[in-house]
Amino acid sequence: MAETTDVMRWQTKPLECWRLAKEIREQYYRNYAQAREKGGLRWVGGAWSFGAIPCGLGDDVYGLTSEPYGATIAFNKDLALECQEAAEKYGFARDLCSYMRNYWGSVLLNKYAWGGPFPKPDFVWQDHICCSHAKWYQVVSELEGGIPYFCIDVAVGPYHERTDSRVEYMVGQMHDGIQWLEKITGRRYDDEKLIEAVKNEIRCTSLWAEICTLNKAVPAPLDEKSMYSLYVHLVLNRYTPEVVSFYQTLRDEVKDRVANQIAACPTERCRLMTDTQPPWAFLKIFRYMESYGAVSIGSLYTYGLMGIYDDQPDGSWGAKVTPMERGVAIKTRDQALRAYAEWTLAKPLWQHFYNPALKSRMMARLAREWQVNGVLLHYNRGCEGLSIGIAENRLALLKEGFPVMPFEGNMGDEREFDDTRVMSRIDTFMETLGLRKLY
Amino acid sequence: MATAVEYWRWTESRWTAPDVDWRAGKVITAGVDVGSVSTQAVIVVDGKLYAYSSMRTGSDSPQSAQKAMDWATEGTGMTIDNVRYVVGTGYGRVNVPFANRTITEIACHARGANFIYGPSVRTVLDMGGQDCKAIRCDEKGKVSSFLMNDKCAAGTGRGMEVFADLLAVPIEDVGSLSLSVAEEPPPVSSTCVVFAKTEATGLLRAGWPKNRVVAAYCSAMAHRVVTLLERIGVEAEFAITGGISKNVGIVRRIEKELGVKALEPGLDAQLAGGLGAALFAYALAARAAS
Repeated sequence: MAETTDVMRWQTKPLECWRLAKEIREQYYRNYAQAREKGGLRWVGGAWSFGAIPCGLGDDVYGLTSEPYGATIAFNKDLALECQEAAEKYGFARDLCSYMRNYWGSVLLNKYAWGGPFPKPDFVWQDHICCSHAKWYQVVSELEGGIPYFCIDVAVGPYHERTDSRVEYMVGQMHDGIQWLEKITGRRYDDEKLIEAVKNEIRCTSLWAEICTLNKAVPAPLDEKSMYSLYVHLVLNRYTPEVVSFYQTLRDEVKDRVANQIAACPTERCRLMTDTQPPWAFLKIFRYMESYGAVSIGSLYTYGLMGIYDDQPDGSWGAKVTPMERGVAIKTRDQALRAYAEWTLAKPLWQHFYNPALKSRMMARLAREWQVNGVLLHYNRGCEGLSIGIAENRLALLKEGFPVMPFEGNMGDEREFDDTRVMSRIDTFMETLGLRKLY
Repeated sequence: MATAVEYWRWTESRWTAPDVDWRAGKVITAGVDVGSVSTQAVIVVDGKLYAYSSMRTGSDSPQSAQKAMDWATEGTGMTIDNVRYVVGTGYGRVNVPFANRTITEIACHARGANFIYGPSVRTVLDMGGQDCKAIRCDEKGKVSSFLMNDKCAAGTGRGMEVFADLLAVPIEDVGSLSLSVAEEPPPVSSTCVVFAKTEATGLLRAGWPKNRVVAAYCSAMAHRVVTLLERIGVEAEFAITGGISKNVGIVRRIEKELGVKALEPGLDAQLAGGLGAALFAYALAARAAS
């Protein structure tokens, strides 16, 4: 290691809560698989579905969210290929959402990524933010023998244009959804459990925004590759007290790292940000860039997929003040659903569906406030939803003076990633940023 | 049994400056560009072009680099021991056994274009064997931004080789033949060389003459790289490097579509990568000496 010692600029150490993060994740997938053994229920739906609502059915109701499940498969190249080929053999086109194809393939093969057969869900609890999400679970419902399917339409426009009637449109659907849940499960709905779950979700998503804001520090206490393993709970079970507790622990640890200048990447000389889901089978690109002293400090995707932000008194971007902190009463079902809808509509990654300029503004702000030197844009063929407008985002970032390197790939289908060419492109980008390989 | 004609095979070349005595030079440096299709070795004496070779890349990159270097120095009395600094570039840059350092081909092409075309060059299109790159650079040939084509052989030298063979037209004649059409035909597929080939086969079967088919392909290639150039934004002066820069059929169509004239090269623009590498080597040798 003598060769690398002189290139280390900062002290570093592993995250203390890393093991806990892994345990919570594994427990989540185990809970879903074993729900029936405990007499419980299983639901499936997108990571953005209103997961706090089924919590009112009882503590033994477990969800399986589709995108992180699709990503889990993507990380396992062999299984991913098997799933994709199964979906293609069934007749689905290769250019559809790759998470969706991974998920469908897993159902078709009856193979659970965590071992054993795919655990059959009792119902689908979904929301409709992009076209793939609407069709995804229609197919799942059919493949699973016609299980009940409820979908909430959330396409009510960007947050800054929200009106009472738009929020009411969502709240109304949520009320209908609760009645539907009672009907299809035969269970009595508990509003107290709903209220607690909604508050937990709001706490978690605010805590994550606080953690990401701490990454403005130089050196960055967290690198994006590690953050992928840390944000995942927000797309799994953010409505549980265990996950709130985890993010409090993580927030305190990251604060400590900032105070003591503990870097995620000891070679940090250059700060980068990315966009959209990464090519999961090729996360090595992040470690490769670190050999140049370049660390990806995050992205609007990593920060804003679930984190909720707002303008701070000093004009910077930071965690949004929660309705509980603002003293908003959340004591009834209607109050909980209203707070839930209002809060969720502020999600950064829901804004660009209406106009890429909204995303460009947030990206440029992130780049400035997090002191970014360059941007890698993943033209992700696997996700139409998050890639929409990315070419416009590139132009906007260039206009703001940030060097940008686009690369093509696919978050879940490795067949569309050109390993050699992307690495070569990274070499050139590092050169243009004035960086040389350190080791 | 008759030997099959290899229409794709382009002419390999070498050159030595007749009026330069390398032994009188102070610093001799070299650049070796091992591309997917061709390899160039360029030797620079005190920052001035002295010799080069340009040949096909074989299946063994280290051997290709060595062969190109040997051919460039052939008959000069120069050996690798006389070369103070060597920079490897191109697809196979890590496989140049005698290189002191590697630099990416994008940086080298920009630097080489600056030498070949002069400091007014701001946009370089490198049309190589398996990819093409649109590069923006400053008056010193330093890269400010770049874009590369996506995962596809369309718009590349390899794609053109496939077409030359399909149509049984020597690759060096493809460009001029494509300009012999009375009227520009609609382009074939520009998204994939396999689809383009299939489409061309269909056109031949439908009775299209060769010049029309090849014009349709040159037009598709030109359109594809123009899209890449427009994404990065073309600032004058504009120059083309790489093997395809010799295909007049594509160059003229790019110029027409862009509405910008490409600069005429003073020497073989396929050398730009190797030449840029040799010039970087010269700068690095000077830095090391100081």
